[in-house]
Parts: sequence; C-alpha cells; structure tokens
Amino acid sequence: MSTASVPLPGWINYGVIPLINLALAFFFSGIVVWAIGENPFEALQLLLVGALGRGEGIGFTLFYTTSFIFTGLSVAVAIHSGLFNIGSEGQAYLGGLGAALVALSLDAYVPWYVTMPFAVIGAALFGAACAAIPAWLQAKRGSHIVITTIMFNFIVSSLMNYVLVHMLIVPGKMAPESRTFLPGGQLPKLDWLIAMFGGKLGAAPLNFSFLIALIMCFLVWVLIWRTKLGYEMRTLGISPSAASYAGIGYSKIVMITMLISGGLAGMMALNPVMGASARLQIEFVGGAGFVGIAVSLMGRNHPAGIVLSALLFGILYQGGAELSFDMPAITRDMIVVIQGMVILFAGALEYMLRPAIVRAYQQFARSPAGGR
Amino acid sequence: MDYFEVFISILGSAIRLSIPLLFTALAGLFSERAGIFDIGLEGKMLVSAFASACVAYYTGNAWAGLGAGIVTAILFSMLHGFASITNRGNQIVSGVALNFIAAGLTIVLGQAWFSQGGRTGQVPASGRFSSITLPGADMMREVPIIGPLYANVISGHNILTYIAFLMVPLSWWILYRTRFGLRLRAVGENPGAVDTAGISVSWLRYRALIVTGFLAGFAGTYLAIAQSAAFINNMSAGKGYIALAALIFAKWKPVPVMFACLLFGFLDAFANFMQGKSLPLIGEVPVQIFQALPYILTCVLLAGFIGIARPPKAGGVPYTKER
Amino acid sequence: MSFEPAKEPAIELVGIDKKFGAVHANKNINLTVAKGSIHGIIGENGAGKSTLMSILYGFYQADEGEIRISGKPVTIRDSQAAISSGIGMVHQHFMLVENFTVLENVMLGAEGGQLLRRGVASARKELKRLEDDYGLDVDPDAVIEELPVGRQQRVEILKALYRGAEILILDEPTGVLTPPEADHLFKVLRVLRDQGKTIILITHKLREIMAITDTVSVMRRGEIVATRKTADTTVEELAELMVGRRVLLRVEKGAADPGKVLLSVKNLTVKDSRGVTMVDDVSFEVRAGEIVGIAGVAGNGQSELLEAIAGIRKPSSGEIIVNGQSIAGSDPAMLRALGLAHIPEDRHHMGLVLKFEEYENSILGYHRDRRYGGAMLDLDAIRKQAEEQIVKYDIRPPNARLKTANFSGGNQQKIVVAREIERDPDVLIIGQPTRGVDIGAIEFIHKRIIDTRDAGKAVLLVSVELDEIRSLSDRILVMFAGKVVGEKSGEAGEQTLGLMMAGIAA
Repeated sequence: MSTASVPLPGWINYGVIPLINLALAFFFSGIVVWAIGENPFEALQLLLVGALGRGEGIGFTLFYTTSFIFTGLSVAVAIHSGLFNIGSEGQAYLGGLGAALVALSLDAYVPWYVTMPFAVIGAALFGAACAAIPAWLQAKRGSHIVITTIMFNFIVSSLMNYVLVHMLIVPGKMAPESRTFLPGGQLPKLDWLIAMFGGKLGAAPLNFSFLIALIMCFLVWVLIWRTKLGYEMRTLGISPSAASYAGIGYSKIVMITMLISGGLAGMMALNPVMGASARLQIEFVGGAGFVGIAVSLMGRNHPAGIVLSALLFGILYQGGAELSFDMPAITRDMIVVIQGMVILFAGALEYMLRPAIVRAYQQFARSPAGGR
Repeated sequence: MDYFEVFISILGSAIRLSIPLLFTALAGLFSERAGIFDIGLEGKMLVSAFASACVAYYTGNAWAGLGAGIVTAILFSMLHGFASITNRGNQIVSGVALNFIAAGLTIVLGQAWFSQGGRTGQVPASGRFSSITLPGADMMREVPIIGPLYANVISGHNILTYIAFLMVPLSWWILYRTRFGLRLRAVGENPGAVDTAGISVSWLRYRALIVTGFLAGFAGTYLAIAQSAAFINNMSAGKGYIALAALIFAKWKPVPVMFACLLFGFLDAFANFMQGKSLPLIGEVPVQIFQALPYILTCVLLAGFIGIARPPKAGGVPYTKER
Repeated sequence: MSFEPAKEPAIELVGIDKKFGAVHANKNINLTVAKGSIHGIIGENGAGKSTLMSILYGFYQADEGEIRISGKPVTIRDSQAAISSGIGMVHQHFMLVENFTVLENVMLGAEGGQLLRRGVASARKELKRLEDDYGLDVDPDAVIEELPVGRQQRVEILKALYRGAEILILDEPTGVLTPPEADHLFKVLRVLRDQGKTIILITHKLREIMAITDTVSVMRRGEIVATRKTADTTVEELAELMVGRRVLLRVEKGAADPGKVLLSVKNLTVKDSRGVTMVDDVSFEVRAGEIVGIAGVAGNGQSELLEAIAGIRKPSSGEIIVNGQSIAGSDPAMLRALGLAHIPEDRHHMGLVLKFEEYENSILGYHRDRRYGGAMLDLDAIRKQAEEQIVKYDIRPPNARLKTANFSGGNQQKIVVAREIERDPDVLIIGQPTRGVDIGAIEFIHKRIIDTRDAGKAVLLVSVELDEIRSLSDRILVMFAGKVVGEKSGEAGEQTLGLMMAGIAA
C-alpha cells in the first residue's frame, strides 16, 4: 500500500519531520566542519554560547532574528496564495530607500516616535512597489513570478547603486551611503528588554523594529486566518480550481498578495537602516531576503513557526560570527552552507524520509505498547 | 583613439565576457528543454570555478582543473536531480538551496585550505588556459579592417573560448540530430508521450542534467583559470541568473542563445567602456543602466512584448503517472 | 481439441481482477478476442473499461488473473512490455508532442539508432508504406499542433503500427472526431482487420459498435455481463445490457407545478481549449418548481454545459439568462448574487478545499456575504451556521472543526449540498450529486433536491446515473456529442433513454 496516502498526526508533520530535516542539515554541515579539520561538536558548542551565552550575544541574535522575521513573513504570505516570491531581497533593499527618505526628511524636526510610523509606511510602500511589476506580469501576462522577482532583485541592485552613489552620497565622502540619521530618524535600542532578564545589551543593535516585527507576526496571522481576504488567498493557494468555482479573482489576489509580501520585505529595512547603522548603505540586506525563504519553509509558513525558525537562523548568524573568532577556519559563510542545507532538507527533500517515517509510525501504532 | 580601434577593443571584450554566459546558458538549455527548471546554474558555476582553481593550483595542469570543474558541477547537478526528479521536490527550492550551499562551501573550504579570505592561491601559468594566437594573426595585423579584426577579435582567445563557440553547433546537433536530443525535447513537452513510448522519464532527465553539469563545469573553469588566475569569493556575481535570462530571451534555442549571450556580453563591455564618459545631451550615462539592462530586457520578453516566449510545456513540474 | 480453421485468439484475458481499495474495478474478467477481428467493449462510466485497458497497457498490474497473447501467457509490467507483446494503444487523450512533426512523434522511442539521420530515411519509407497500406494519409513533416484532431489521431495509430502492433486498442476514439472523420477511421480499421490486425474498440456509442465491430462485450459495474456476435444482436438488447434492469430507488415526489422560466439557455456553444466543440448549439429552459435532468454518458458536453452556466467557463456563443438577467461574461460571484447555486461535479477540486476545516468550506463561494462579517471573518456566526447545517443534514462526524478531507465521500457531498441549498437559491444547478456517495446519503440528498423543487425553485440536474435522472427529473434531456438529442418526460423508459444516450435517435 502506498505510504503517500497515509495521514500522519499533526505532531509528526509539524514537529518530528522538521526536526529530522534540521538534524540532517546539521549532520551534513557537521561533516563539512570535520572535513576542514575542526571538531563539529566543539563548533556547535561555541556557536550556541556565542549566540545565547551573554546579553550582548542574545541582543545580536535577536537583531538578526528581526530581519528574518520580516522576510520570512513576506515569503509566507506569498506562499499562502501559491506564489513563490524570490524577490524579498530586492524588495527589502528598495524598502530601505523608502525608510531612508522618510528619516532624512523628518529626522531634524520630530522625535523618533513620530518618524517611525511614516518610516514603516515608506518602507512598506517602496517594498510593495518593487513587487508590483512582477505581480502584474504574473497576473495579467502569465510571466513566471519566480523569474521576474529574481530579475528585479538585480534591477533594484543597480538602481540603488545609482541612487547611493549619485544621489544620496554625502558630498566629499567616499563611501556610497547616505548621511547618518539624527536621533529623530533612528529607532531606539531595546537595552531595557535585555536588562529585564538580567543581561546587558552592550554593542548589539537590537532595536524597536523587533517589536514591530512581532506585531507584524500577529497582523499576518490575523490576515491569513481571520480575514476574508486571507480566506481567498488560502483558497487560491491550495486549490485554484476551487477558487475559480468560488468566484475568487486570480489577478486581484495575486496583485494584493504580492503587494503585501513586498511591503513586509520592505519593512525588514527598518532594522539595519534605522535601527543599527542609522544610514542607508549599499547592499545592507546582506542575503536576508533569501534566508527568509528558508525561514518560511522551515516555519511551515505560519507566523509562530517563522518566529522560531528566524530565531534559529539568528542563532546561526550570531553564533557563526562568534565561532569564526575562535575557529578562524570556519567563516560566516559556513552559516550560508547550513542555511542551504536547511532549505534543501526542509524544502526540496521534505518528504524524502516520509515513507520510512510512515512505516515506523505504523509499526509503533500497531505494537501493544503504543497501540489500541 | 579612433572609433574603429575602440570598436575592436569592445568587441574583443564582449566575446570574453560572454563566454561564461554562453556555457551556462547552454547548460541551462539542456535541463530546461527536458523540463527541469534550474535556478542552480549560479551555484554550479561557483563550485566548478573553485574546484578547477584548486586542482589547477596543486597540479599546475589546466586540463586537470577543467576535469575537476566538470566533475564537481555534474555532482551538484545530480543533487538537483535527486531532489527534483526522484523526490519530486520543488525545483526552485532545490536550486536556491544548492546555490547557497555552493556559495558558502566554496568560501569555507577556500578559507580552510588557502587562508586567503576565501580565495584560492594564485594559479601558476601552467595551470591556466592562456590566449592562443591563431596562425597568421601577427602577419595580418597591418591589413586594414580585417587585420585588427582577425588579430584582436577572432584570434587571441584561450581554447575554452573556441570550445564555447564550438559547443553551439554541437548542442544544436545533439538536440536536433540525435535520438537523445529528440527524446529530451519530447520529455520537456509531454512526458506522458515519452512514458507511453516505453522510455524512462527519470533516466532521460538525469542524463539531461549530466549534460548541464558538464557545460556548467566549463563555465566555472573559464572564470577561474582562463579569465582569471584564481578563485575569488562569489566570482560568478550573478552570471548564472543572467545566463538564465539570456536563455529565456533566446527562446530556448542554441543559436539564438549564442547571440543573446554575445548581446549581454556586449552590454557588459560597453558599460565598462562608458564608465566616466559622457554622451552629448545626456551627459554621463549611468553604468547602472547597462548593468540592469539584461534583466529589464528579460522582463520585457517575459511580458510577451517581444514575441511570445513559450517555455517547454512540462517545465518545472515533477512527472507522476496520472491515474 | 477441434482443429478449427477459424481464427486463433490474439488475446485472452483469464480471470482478471483488480481492486482499488474498496472499489472493485474489474471483477473476474474473462475475454477472448480472435485474431483479425474487431471487438468492441461497451459500457457506461465506471463500468471498468479504462481500468481493463490500463492493465493491458502496463499502467496497472491486475491483482489476479492472466493475460495470454497468441496463447502464451505474458506479464505486462510497463508500456515497454506491452509494446514488445505487440499491443499498441491509441489513447483518448493523445500522447503526442505538440510541437514535433508527425515523423518525430512516430519515431519517438523507435528511432532506429543514436543518430537520427540514419533512422529518418528508413522511418519515412516505413511511414509511407504504412500510410499506403492502411489509408492513413498524413504529411510526415506537418507539425502536430497545426493538424486537425482527426489527423492527430491518425498519427497515434501510425505510432502503434510503426512499432509492430498486432493488437490495437482504441479508447473512445470518436469523441473528438466529426462524423466524416469517424467514417474514415472506420474505413481504416476495416483495412487493418482485413490485414490480420486485431482491434479492441472501447466506446459508449452503440452506433459504432453496430457499424464496425465483429463481436462485442458489455461491461457493467466491473464485470462483463455479455459477449455477443455483433451480427446476432440489436441496439436494443445492447442498450438494455448496458444500463441494466436495476431496482429503481424511486423517491417519493408529488407532481411538479412549474411556474415561470428561471433559467434559459439559448443556442449555447462551448468550445474547449483546442477548439473542439463540446456544447453544440444547445437550448432549453428550466422553470420554477421543476427538475430538468440531463442524461448522457460522461464526455458528451454536460460538464462544459454546467461550467458555462456556472460562470466558470466562457461560452463561444449563445445566451444564458438567469432570473431574467442575461449573464454573458459573468463570474461565479455575480451569479451567486443573482440567486444561482452550484453543486459542482468535482467536489474534491472545485466544491471543497479539502485542507480546510468543515466550517471553512461551509462558506466557500459565499464568504463575502455580510452575515459572515465585514473584512474579518465572524467565526462565531460561521461556525454556528455550520453546526446548524451539520445537524440539519446529518453530517457525520458532527465536528465543524474537522478537516474536510477526513469526512467520507457522502458526508463531504452533504457539506456541499447543505451549503448550496441553504442559500435558498432561485436556480440550483447540480452535477453528479451522488458520485461516490453511500446509499443513506443518496436518499437524503435526493429528498433535499425534491424539497428544493417543491419550494418553487428551478433545478437543473446533470448525472451519468440514469436511475438518478429518472427518479428525480420531471423532464429529461439527453445529451450526446454536445447536442441535446431529445427530450422526454420523467416517466420515459430506460431503454428509450439508453438508446438516445448511445447516439441512436429515438
């Protein structure tokens, strides 16, 4: 009998299988670590301590987590409508421009909490704008959104390059970046949060956007599972024929979904641009858009799962940075490898082990100890 | 500098810049025509560049480097196949994952083995493919028009470049004149037709991916030990995606692929040339426009504004016998 | 042992049995087809014909039984094995590569070597020979997608012959052909037979059976109920065998009292994506307080008709008027607002989102209604209504939070039926309401449909189950090859209807 049709209980689908996939990803990463002459277990220990050992470490971890929550939400929203948005990298980048423009205009005149909502809107608008053309191309011309969003990643990269080098650059300076925002254009650090648990934030740039990210998690949850729009999105994503039967407009949903998805990705920019470096820099996104894909897949496209996976990747990023101090042979790029492994096992090879797990489950369910 | 000299120089540069694109686009041609969407071309370029640089560095033998590059790219191709064919996984996800693994792995191993911040050591001259002067080039140099054209544009490239251009008719021949090519094109359009004719869809697609890996291996090797003398972090710099754009722009046919890659190479060479120079009326043309042009063109094509781009019908969809 | 100079069996099926879970698709099939003959297999949908042919072509393996070719037992594990055994299949949905030429399609899989050039010349010759011998005239360099459907089918046949098929299986071959094309096909089949090929023709069309076959088997509910020499039987006998004398589950219903016309279809023509006409100039009306049933074997245009009325498929010409309003170009949401409800044929892919919980499916299509909230879903209101429907329609298990995929077929259908009927629509269109549904649920659903009629609504019922049509309808229209070939009262006899369904005019 085919194992594909056997339904597995929720705790296996959402708990066991992702954990096994994660374990596989770590296992193969561990082999790479061993191959370059380091002890994988020691590396893992250093990584965890570096990420969670001190207040500053936790601060950095949560800082990275913030970015990944935004991009993870972005990818998840699109997936619920059945769309694969690979463009969150570019959407976040352009979102940075939106946030920066707001900050640069208002930072001399108003305090941060007045600038902040406008910056959020600015970042979201610009991020959505980046997603708009690919969305329209998919909805109206049937162009594959995967390709167009990748193309726009590069188009935005060139555009931002131009903007930073020719328009926003500080006259007289060499670095292609905008001027530093005044405190009115910055997001305050969350040192009080770390202090609450008895630690010190130190140099970590954990900032207010972390709270915005958590709010967005809640809002996305409400959108997808509590609104009529979310209902239509989920219907389209699961069954386009049922959506057609139900009179749900394909173009409308595709456009709205991608605009929201782009907007969420755009908001990611708030974290580094307004919360950490307080200026717009070249390539500040640094791959977070792609990590968002891993985060969303691992988190099963649900905000709760996304927070957990974003935290996982935050730990990997921060732990990886610390690790490279003690083990110079392992650079930050090892994290990229692990990230790739996670995407591979949690994404493409998701069901590789399913037949074996089904058989094990059936065995267990039938045995007198665990069965009826 | 007279205009003709400038033109020759840009042309020569365009050819050099188009070669990695050409190899990669041809690689993608085989997988996509067979119905496997391969975003992982970028990753294959990287790993083969790294592998060839390493082997060329240690052995001082360029051909050994090429072999290593090819083997590594094929390995990654097989991983993609395992995920998308055997496990029927999402092909985009698999490609993205392999790109990450390639990007990270090359730097990690590079750092571990060479400790130069992710790049390999400088490959000795014997381990590189150097330029070849075709017979009569020096003699012809003085001949007006044809001389410089022959001497600087056609002659003076390394052997991989000539192989790249040879691959175009070869690919055409394989696709349209062999049994393998016929079946490959069929499986990308209607896998059911292939299945009912008694041919294994999986094995056919795996073989297509082997060809993909083979050609991608050339691309990476060219980058590392023909165009340069070492592997440098992320030296593919998005060329894998541009090649994909070129492939789509060329509507998945070998000869148009060559022209598309030459076009993109030309844009790249022209952009380099235009840096810092201004045009009358417009002033300095931002180099970023040239950088973005291949991607914009691809979007325009995909929108159906320059003719219809009709991808292989069964592209991107795992094959299951529908019952 | 008699030494008959009569034909030896080309293919024998002995005790073939196949189950798919609870469904017994083929029950102990015994069949012998003589060499050099044309054997027809006729039956309604769900009779088991496709399963049988899939076994012969290697897509499925029979659970029990044996296949013998020319007396020798063979195991057909895949299509390659079938081809080697000399079996060639002409599929209902062609297995052709659209942008290849005829020659390329024929050669695919039998190229004659690694280099095409070598094989092409001999392939051309062989193709020419086949074309001349059997009258299958096609230009070898024509591209498939530019050929009319009739010619595409010839390519399918050529493919089989090219591989040396001695036994040809044709699955519903004339579904996409015009009458002259069908006649030409029969000519070809006769030539093939006279040259010693064996042909198995699967069809639901009685006319074809009588016109072309030498022998015929009738399948019903997974079994072969009869095998006859075509010359020795009549359409009436075959029709009766096909639909069978079943005990009618007659529902209690009073006389209809039809009021004004609520649904009017005028000269409706619907074409599919290939340009093949699926609904051909159909016109009819449904009044308030009556049930109009459309009978017919699946594939004769009923699905496309329903989809056109429901706003899911665009007709190429004609008018549809609901409640006095012409609905050309409307989408399903607008139609629901006009008072049209739709129980679709395919509950798994259209009528329900199986991954949703039951209460989420209870509002599918109506989710934008005010009573379910504004921009936010009023979950309390939705769940309350869902629970009320569960009680009223006896949906089991009575859990509105359960994933819809976990309900049985009958209960899933009840969820759809409840949703659509409880909207109190003026016009209710229904497709295959009791497919895959248990007896208890069938009775329930039938009663609800009658109730809807009695409440003064217009009901259009499409079903391949003749029983259902006959027990529920006040008027019956029969569709065949996209046309309405006749209208009878609800009291019409099954033989009459069976003949019409099989293409024989009343």
